[in-house]
Amino acid sequence: MSKHAIVSQILPFSCVDGPGSRLVIFLQGCNYQCKNCHNPHTISLCDACGDCVEHCPEQALTLMASQDALSYDIALQGAVVKEKSHIVWNSSLCSQCDTCLAVCPKKSTPKTSNYTIEQMLEVISSQRHFIDGITVSGGEASLQLPFVIELFKAIKSSEHLSHLNCMIDTNGSLPPTGWHKLLPFLDGAMVDLKAWQQDTHHYITGRDNHPVFKSIELLAQHHKLYEVRLLHIPGITDYDVEINALATYLQQLPSDTRVKLNAFHHHGVGQVASTWPQCTQADIEALASQLTQRGVSNIALPALYI
Amino acid sequence: MALQDNIVQIVSHPQLSPKQKSNNLALEAENSLPYVAVSEQVNNAMTDGIICDMFEGHAPFKPRYVLPDYAKYLQQGSEYLELAPAEDFDDALNALTILYHHVPSVTNIPVYLGQLDGLLMPFTLGLDNDAIYRKLKRFWILLDRTLPDAFMHVNIGPTDNIICRTILRIDAELQQIAPNLTFMYDPAVTPDDLLLLATTNICQCSKPHIANYPLHAETFDERGFGIVSCYNALPLAGGANTLVRLNLKQVAIKATSIADFFEQTLTHYCQLTYELIEARSAFLHQQSHFFDSFLVKEQLIDESRFAPMFGIYGMAEAVNILQALPTRGLADVGSTNSVNQSGNGYGHELEANELGLRISAALDKIVKSTPVTYGYKGRALLHSQSGISLDKGVTPGVRIPYGTEPDPISHIQALAKHHQYYTAGISDILTIDETVKSNPQAMFQLCKGALSSGFREFTANVANNDLVRVTGYMVKRSDIETFKQCGSRTNTTGLAAEAATNTGILQRQARVIAHEQSPLVYE
Ligand code: SF4
Ligand code: SF4
Repeated sequence: MSKHAIVSQILPFSCVDGPGSRLVIFLQGCNYQCKNCHNPHTISLCDACGDCVEHCPEQALTLMASQDALSYDIALQGAVVKEKSHIVWNSSLCSQCDTCLAVCPKKSTPKTSNYTIEQMLEVISSQRHFIDGITVSGGEASLQLPFVIELFKAIKSSEHLSHLNCMIDTNGSLPPTGWHKLLPFLDGAMVDLKAWQQDTHHYITGRDNHPVFKSIELLAQHHKLYEVRLLHIPGITDYDVEINALATYLQQLPSDTRVKLNAFHHHGVGQVASTWPQCTQADIEALASQLTQRGVSNIALPALYI
Repeated sequence: MALQDNIVQIVSHPQLSPKQKSNNLALEAENSLPYVAVSEQVNNAMTDGIICDMFEGHAPFKPRYVLPDYAKYLQQGSEYLELAPAEDFDDALNALTILYHHVPSVTNIPVYLGQLDGLLMPFTLGLDNDAIYRKLKRFWILLDRTLPDAFMHVNIGPTDNIICRTILRIDAELQQIAPNLTFMYDPAVTPDDLLLLATTNICQCSKPHIANYPLHAETFDERGFGIVSCYNALPLAGGANTLVRLNLKQVAIKATSIADFFEQTLTHYCQLTYELIEARSAFLHQQSHFFDSFLVKEQLIDESRFAPMFGIYGMAEAVNILQALPTRGLADVGSTNSVNQSGNGYGHELEANELGLRISAALDKIVKSTPVTYGYKGRALLHSQSGISLDKGVTPGVRIPYGTEPDPISHIQALAKHHQYYTAGISDILTIDETVKSNPQAMFQLCKGALSSGFREFTANVANNDLVRVTGYMVKRSDIETFKQCGSRTNTTGLAAEAATNTGILQRQARVIAHEQSPLVYE
């Protein structure tokens, strides 16, 4: 049986998720609990409790009890067939009022779609003249690794899609064994380094950053590290206090790796993070110049500030 | 005395320059004459806003657009202007500057300045890149300051040459609204890095406009074509004698069903459009003596290469109105401007898009089969008209209404098939979010994709650039803001200020689609 992915959104044209013009597939589900997450409803998977159904003003949601409903088991990292109910979201009725997000006890979303590899290839194929490649993002894309591997493999072996480059946007938590399975079909990765110190990283994400460093190094070794991303939250992230260590670390990465600085803003974030200061253009420029002074090159600044 | 009142208003206007006053006075004088003779039916259709002559004037004494054969002129000089053939680069620029002042158009200012790289390349011998840069930069400033009108249009490409590259460089540096610029792209001739240079410019200043060279070239003959004004493709050494446009929205309102639209109303109003075209071009060709000018005598233009443009607009509204016909009562049909606020209807649904395409195909058939007295190969040329400042509640050409556009790729895919029909030009302005500025490669790929899927022309506005397109021409946001207080030395700014108010194009709300690290802002 073909693999499925749970997709929260497909963006047909993006300029910020890798080189050139890209189709971006946002996969649902994340193993981090970032306080600053701008899309908190992409973290948890819907367990089809059905609470949201009656709140939908457009009747775009239905609870289906289905024999062969598909659900996704993160622990097994694969699509499995379970006898359970699922939510069907009718996107053409939906007015994007987001009431369902507000009422969900799991802070999840019913607005996801399942895609088989074939369906996804069809979407990509219809856009192929307009794009340089595709990027899988999230949530955390690597949680649905078997699908991602299968998809990239299919692209690379397809006559009319093989020119597309395949990139992943990741929090870096994937263990080396996982990376090794993906590497043969991967063109590049964009990895978030959410903080320098273990404590800060833990405070922001709820997880350690050892695996992230490991991933960065492994990808660098295999020339697959396209970009390291630093999301600057003044006073919260420790990039500025740890500037020397951070700069030294970044400097020894391959010189073609981009260091992308992103500015934290309040859009969509939860309670705690909305009390944090937003990052201004001046904050970013100060960070950039500190890094430059210490010899870090290939720094990319945000395309815009909100 | 209405006429005298108008004249007093013009001469004592606090913000118009003397030159702008002269132009307006001339138009007043022309319009004090009786309108060229047309039937009662045409008259009514014009009063009802179904057919529109684009305010070209009551008694057309000059063609709407003129595209002189500048290469011939540089080669032979001009007896009338007492000029010898150009011998070097400075000669050529000087000769062109002189001729520009003798090329009329509906705006009284030339709308076509020529395929400048092709024209100037023969004169570059012995000049280094820096000299070319300095000369062209001065020329570019001169054009903007002396012929202040964003309808004025330069063409470059598709070949790779030093003039083409230098113009792109200067245009991005100066970011002037004038001249407007079209870059011709031919995948067989244009190197990728040159197109990338052009698309990088778009990211910075929303210019140039990119034309699908092979597609245009096959529409016209060996003598060539040019892109002029707001993206009109016309025969070189000819032009457009007139442009009459049909408001498809109004035609749809008159229809009782989709079948009635195709069988009755559309054909009826097309006939009236033709009557107006005939009346206006007859006056120009038979009575105005325009074609006795030196431009014709010295063979810089040829009367047989002028065609009327058959323009259409309001496709989006027409489709949405027609689609609503079977299910809705006629009563609320008139107010269906905003059918697709939530992303339904034209531009979004397959069925709506197919109906639109059927309308374009029907128009194409009519235009290709209807003879005109003064036309290119005896025919008018179909044009997707990009709007004028007075349009309210009706979308330019076949475009998707402002603010309801889908993502750029779906946008292109929804409209690509229309482009084959609009031989005299069609511009669908794509609004691309600002994040593209740091990634011109994405614009490059989007442009290539658009052209390979059949787009005749690729036009993009980058959100928040100061230089933007309103309806069809370039304008600076900052100029619009100051226009109301101080007027403008640029003729088109006033039109754009009006269009901006009427279309709401600059008021579009940014919509944020959050993504954890990199928020995307769509207009
Ligand atoms: S966002 Fe859509 S699915 Fe959710 S409640 Fe609103 S209409 Fe229903
Ligand atoms: S989205 Fe939330 S509320 Fe709706 S069914 Fe899924 S888990 Fe329940």
